[in-house]
Amino acid sequence: MTTASDMLGGRSDTAAPAAIELRGISKAFGAVQANRDISLSVPRGTIHGIIGENGAGKSTLMSILYGFYKPDAGQILVGGQPISISDSQTAIRAGIGMVFQHFKLVQNFTVLENIILGVEDGALLRPSLSKARGVLKQLAAEYQLNVDPDEVVENLSVGHQQRVEILKALYRQADILILDEPTGVLTPAEADHLFRILKGLRDEGKTIILITHKLREIMEITDNVSVMRRGEMVASVRTAETSPEQLAELMVGRKVLLSVDKQPARPQAPVLEVRGLTMVDIDGVERLRGIDLDIRAGEILGIAGVSGNGQTQLLEILGGYPEKGAKVSGDVQLNGAPLPLSGRGCDAGQRRRDGVGHIPEDRQVEGLIMDFTAWENVAFGWHDAPEFNKGWLMDNDAIRRDAQAKMERFDVRPRDCHLAARNFSGGNQQKIVVAREIERNPDLLLIGQPTRGVDIGAIEFIHKQIVALRDAGKAILLVSVELDEILALSDRVAVMFDGRIMGERLPGQTTTGELGLLMAGITDTQNTPAEAGIPPETTHDMPEGRA
Amino acid sequence: MNIRESLIAIIVLSICVIWALADGAAAQQGIGSALRLMTPLLLACLAGLYSERAGVFDIGLEGKMLMAAFTAASVAYLTGSAWLGLAAGIAGSLSLSLIHGLASITFMGNQLISGVAINFLASGLTVLIGQNAFGLGGRTPSLTGAGRFQPITLPLADALRDVPVLGPIYSGLISGQTILVYVAFAMVPITWWVLFRTRFGLRLRAVGENPASVDTAGVSVTRLRYTAVAICGILCGIAGAYLATGLSAGFVKEMTAGRGFIALAALIFAKWRPWQALFATFLFGLLEAIANLYPNLDLGIVVVPSMFMNALPYILTVVILAGFVGRAIPPRAGGEPYVKER
Repeated sequence: MTTASDMLGGRSDTAAPAAIELRGISKAFGAVQANRDISLSVPRGTIHGIIGENGAGKSTLMSILYGFYKPDAGQILVGGQPISISDSQTAIRAGIGMVFQHFKLVQNFTVLENIILGVEDGALLRPSLSKARGVLKQLAAEYQLNVDPDEVVENLSVGHQQRVEILKALYRQADILILDEPTGVLTPAEADHLFRILKGLRDEGKTIILITHKLREIMEITDNVSVMRRGEMVASVRTAETSPEQLAELMVGRKVLLSVDKQPARPQAPVLEVRGLTMVDIDGVERLRGIDLDIRAGEILGIAGVSGNGQTQLLEILGGYPEKGAKVSGDVQLNGAPLPLSGRGCDAGQRRRDGVGHIPEDRQVEGLIMDFTAWENVAFGWHDAPEFNKGWLMDNDAIRRDAQAKMERFDVRPRDCHLAARNFSGGNQQKIVVAREIERNPDLLLIGQPTRGVDIGAIEFIHKQIVALRDAGKAILLVSVELDEILALSDRVAVMFDGRIMGERLPGQTTTGELGLLMAGITDTQNTPAEAGIPPETTHDMPEGRA
Repeated sequence: MNIRESLIAIIVLSICVIWALADGAAAQQGIGSALRLMTPLLLACLAGLYSERAGVFDIGLEGKMLMAAFTAASVAYLTGSAWLGLAAGIAGSLSLSLIHGLASITFMGNQLISGVAINFLASGLTVLIGQNAFGLGGRTPSLTGAGRFQPITLPLADALRDVPVLGPIYSGLISGQTILVYVAFAMVPITWWVLFRTRFGLRLRAVGENPASVDTAGVSVTRLRYTAVAICGILCGIAGAYLATGLSAGFVKEMTAGRGFIALAALIFAKWRPWQALFATFLFGLLEAIANLYPNLDLGIVVVPSMFMNALPYILTVVILAGFVGRAIPPRAGGEPYVKER
């Protein structure tokens, strides 16, 4: 293992071929083009960041490199040699090691057993185990990768489990190490340790590909960075020559500018007041770190941010279905009455009855049952409403009539309520969800990614409906990763990063550049007009040093 | 072994010792019978252990044993050779294993449904073919001589017969069993060694816990699971052959009588470990032997009716399955077909 590193002699000279090179890789899953004509070259002995939002196609690309998927087109070169990676075994032989986001460890095996799995030296375990023990000791000393080889994996902390994954790759003589969102489950201290390990590996001549959606990590440890957006590689730059602001813009992208016809907001009484909302997930990772929000009747509060910074958790908690095993604390009031955040009264049905509508982020999972008909989907959540029931039987005719009318008003095409949700286009599926939620006239409407995967015509229509609901004096919380959408619809914009609200801006008085910086977690301490506009009684309980 | 398990083991063993002190001859007869009765359970239990440790749940142990008993008895009768019968039993059981593998590994079907189907298939097919071939209402003709596995007298068994303690145990219990009983008992240390000391065992256990870890290590999940299912088929085949050509002399309709399910209960009781499986199946064998020996057990105060005695193994099964033995955690990927995640 050391000899391999020694031969490489640390950083490469310019003539050496790239450690790994991709040429024109494309991959589609059905109609979804996950990767489109991706080209990438990673020099030996560097840390290369690949950044992009969730769903940008990063993980698909890495799975292709590890032989999980066959690309539809394109070529992979390792060390200048074209190879065809048909399965994990080929990838391992080519010196590619992978640390997956979800670890591939056998929980009730010891560290040693996990390490030798698949690369045992013979039919009997004993010699392999003792050899691995020796190699492990050596690797631990070399790269600060200390783990007790005889400990059972399920007793290890997440950070240590990740070290086992890295050791697994190194034990398989990996020269190229791919890490998929490695810090998602780590505490900051563990993440710092990981970065030290990665720098050590690079200095020994290993090549590291780091996939992440966190700009801070990219800036901190990568030499080069490539940005992916919607399945395409939109840029590859030297990290030293770029800025978080530029990267954020590249990630989110600039689309055709949207314009929405709307009058200035006339905010009235507060509808939603959130104070110090905190959420720790089942793995002990803090997803929300003291969120404070106010939304008044008749205004749209937009939440901008790179996805994965806590927006999903915020919507789920407000929608009444926090993640399983999550600990939620804080104070949330709806129309002046406290909203339960756990236990009794914290369920999605009760939230609807309390007047909270919810257009969820993923309509195919949370918003609709894809194999059920449109009329059934329109009734969901309200299937026990009196007008849909006759005694204890459902009044399906009434539901169908209601669904047909809603489909009429929201221009859902085709206008056939007997069709399964799956058979509508993305835009029309979303209209079904929007119709169901808006027509119930909620006091507060939660909206997640209202126009993701929706055609331009439907986007315009959905935007109009949202503004109309606002003008009817309702409060709206809009979460979107599309900055243009946020700017076009919102009356105020709050930026979320790493479970915190980084600041609030008024759409007319900010720039995408300023928001991009906030989305990257960078703020200046001076007060802005929007923040100064927050009523004084709410500022005192803001946590210290939140900048 | 945890405290609870050790406690149960001590209680059962002391009952055996007290029994032997109170009535030596009866105890020898009873425990000898228990050893014979537990043999098919042990083989089936180990069969299930291989399959379930690899992540393929198998409630078709019963059906596979039944099919093996039938093919073994038929071939042993037709050829007059117990050994050919054994081979046929293994073949019959393996063919059902293959169906289970196809359904649950290749086609990623529901393993419980596939297992239920195999049980029905075996139950119907054995009687149908049996009636058609022999016309005895689903039975096969009685086996005699070389058509059955005969007891083997171990070396020195006669010489040691009169030595106190050692004599009755060695000559009376250990010696004088058929070869398949020895095979079953030998399978316990072999299984332990294979599972925990070999590369194959490591991969087998890994594929039942987290198949993705095996897949990303570049090892075929499908091949491993098929191998495990095949081993399960072979062991069930031996178990069935023993039922028809060792324990009895021919095949009788539904002769497995729920032994496949009792073996499953024993497997849960043993928490998917081979040595504990030996112990668990001994307990079931002992209960069955006692019920046979004392149809109406007179405890002095009350006479336990025979129906209750005969129901004992099944009652124990229910108790075990209801979770009275502590938490039994099955292999984590058990019951789930492996699909690569996107």
